[in-house]
Amino acid sequence: MTQLKDTIFIDGKAIGFTEGQTIMDAALSAQVYIPHLCHYPGLTPSGNCRLCVVEADGRMVAACTTAAREGQQVSNNTAELSAARKAITQMLFVEGNHICPSCEKSGNCKLQAMGYYLGMLEEHYPQFNPHRALDASHPDIFLDRGRCILCGLCVRSSHDVDKKNVFAIAGRGADARLIVNTVSGKLGDSNLDVGDLAANICPVGAIMFKEHGYVTPIGERIYDRQKISDVALNEHVLEQKGDKAR
Amino acid sequence: MTSGKSNESGMRRIAIDPVTRVEGHGKITLLLDQDNHIQEARLHITEFRGFEKFIQGRPYWDVPFFVQRLCGICPVSHQLAAAKAVDQLAGVDQLTSTAEKLRRLLHFGQVLQSHALHFFHLSSPDFLFGFGGDPLRRNIMGVLEKYPEIAMQGIKLRKFGQQIIEAITGKRVHGTGTIPGGMNKPLAPDRRDALLTEMTAILQWSEQAVELNAQIHATHAEHADFATMPTNYLSLVDKNGELELYHGGLRARYPDGGLIFDQFDYCDYQQILREEVRAWSYLKFPYLLQLGEAQGWYRVGPLARINNCDSITTPRAEAARKQFKAISADNLVHDTLGYHWARMIEMLHCAESIQILLNDPGITGADLVAEKGGRRHEGIGVIEAPRGTLFHHYQVDDEGIVTRANLIVSTTSNNQAMNESLRIVANRYLDGQEITETLLNHLEVAVRAYDPCLSCATHALGKMPLQVDLVDTEGALIHRLVKNSDGRLNG
Repeated sequence: MTQLKDTIFIDGKAIGFTEGQTIMDAALSAQVYIPHLCHYPGLTPSGNCRLCVVEADGRMVAACTTAAREGQQVSNNTAELSAARKAITQMLFVEGNHICPSCEKSGNCKLQAMGYYLGMLEEHYPQFNPHRALDASHPDIFLDRGRCILCGLCVRSSHDVDKKNVFAIAGRGADARLIVNTVSGKLGDSNLDVGDLAANICPVGAIMFKEHGYVTPIGERIYDRQKISDVALNEHVLEQKGDKAR
Repeated sequence: MTSGKSNESGMRRIAIDPVTRVEGHGKITLLLDQDNHIQEARLHITEFRGFEKFIQGRPYWDVPFFVQRLCGICPVSHQLAAAKAVDQLAGVDQLTSTAEKLRRLLHFGQVLQSHALHFFHLSSPDFLFGFGGDPLRRNIMGVLEKYPEIAMQGIKLRKFGQQIIEAITGKRVHGTGTIPGGMNKPLAPDRRDALLTEMTAILQWSEQAVELNAQIHATHAEHADFATMPTNYLSLVDKNGELELYHGGLRARYPDGGLIFDQFDYCDYQQILREEVRAWSYLKFPYLLQLGEAQGWYRVGPLARINNCDSITTPRAEAARKQFKAISADNLVHDTLGYHWARMIEMLHCAESIQILLNDPGITGADLVAEKGGRRHEGIGVIEAPRGTLFHHYQVDDEGIVTRANLIVSTTSNNQAMNESLRIVANRYLDGQEITETLLNHLEVAVRAYDPCLSCATHALGKMPLQVDLVDTEGALIHRLVKNSDGRLNG
């Protein structure tokens, strides 16, 4: 195959990139969707969720943290990767307490939307049913750790954008958990504000506004109208225009 | 049906497991002596839900959508009862006019579809084919085959109720809609107009359903003493004593029609109601405190509501109520099978009320949410669900987290009545007889009259009795361990 300068190939499609872009950046710029949950336009990528793993020149790598290289051959939309992504999504479901039928985030939830996108019909793995503390100490925002998928978006947005450093991930492996950087560990003692990006960025129902249950009617929620792939590509366009992040 | 011999007494136990054409899972057991005389007849609720427990620790604004998952038939009733409690928690005492109309419309749609489901899909086969009709045809498919017009009317009536629910909540089952202090979206005018085009047929079919029940009563004299028993009755009524399904004061009557109490504020229900736990059922036994455990049980649901109210606001249902009440020389109708007739009168009332609300210009208004007041720590919502008076009671802490929940579900209130009905029917029809499927169906007919929703009703976590049987590969019992409702273990 002829090698083009500043070009990668995703599933055989030639895609241009600029110096410093990741595979994810290049794909989104070309309106090619690579499934992801922890990537967000404008925030430093972290490679947490592993949904964006692609095969690049024979190696499995996270598209959001791997630099695009000239002539790179990337496999994205393959049966093997789709099966692995579905399995990862199923594991995210069973590791937390994701009760979609009674969750306010339902219809606006990226994890749920990802499940639909990947054709997930059941959870497959045994439920962990973890006991994780719910923190409702903040007057306007509550933290339901049972729904946290440890994507780190709140951590990064609070640190990098809000400049408040309210959240952190503590522990490792199965003990990893979202904590609040206050002496008490309580959200109510933090300076998190409803206007902060960290208060609005949670892809699932872990960080929610209090007393605002189910305000958006069924049929008008984000993923009632669009697939997660379309929403993600649109998010990228908005970010390029400078409308995104806040 | 299963039959087995009790080793201890030589008596025979017969189980109908599961009871069919009801919502949820329960069984009936009969204990017969060697001459087939009934020693005991019981309705056991064998499933357990436990919503009262696992709603604890959740934010209060989640509650209506959490608890509506109690049921797939009457989720709207649970959502609305919880929403009324949540309004109080949010400091809202008065909804906007449009929000209240929308909730009432939603509730009428719910009651209409549930009543249609129960009569046409679940119970009409007993009346159209007879209690002893061919069991293979004694179901909605059999009705569709032999009485297609009646069956299709039932199916379309239910569909209409569900369409109302969908128009307001976004889904026919388990939608959203209520939010603290109001509703989350207006009714679209085009949906309203589409629903109105069906009203003529809906009213006609509802009236025909009432008439069908009147005919069944007139042509089956034996129905008049089928599990007929004088009981107390409990329901909401409006401030004028009229039939009220959404909001009102509690009224209870003695069997002779005399008032036990009237216009009682349901927020003080704990002053008048208690619940007893018995070892053999997950379903609690509520009773009126002032009458005590033995005498204080009561009936709820359509029969109780029609008996309790002084009149009905809508003219066709009021005429039907008068016709119904005329069958009794006493003040009240105590026929257990009268539940069906009363249920269809209510369905007619719902249809008339839906028409009124759909023609109300305010129903498509956009002022949907009342201003919230100060957060409160306790909220109590009561509503007349299809099966009877439904109590939702929540306590929350300073952060808005539920610390305690108590649900008295309609079917729970009818628990004693269902068991009494079983006992009466068993003694009347089965005692001393060779037990046949036809006779056993009489027991199910008695239970079915109450339209029990067994999955809604079982929440006595921590008090639930439990029986664990260890059996060998042949099915023979090796060991049995029983936990009683007081927590004691026998084994």
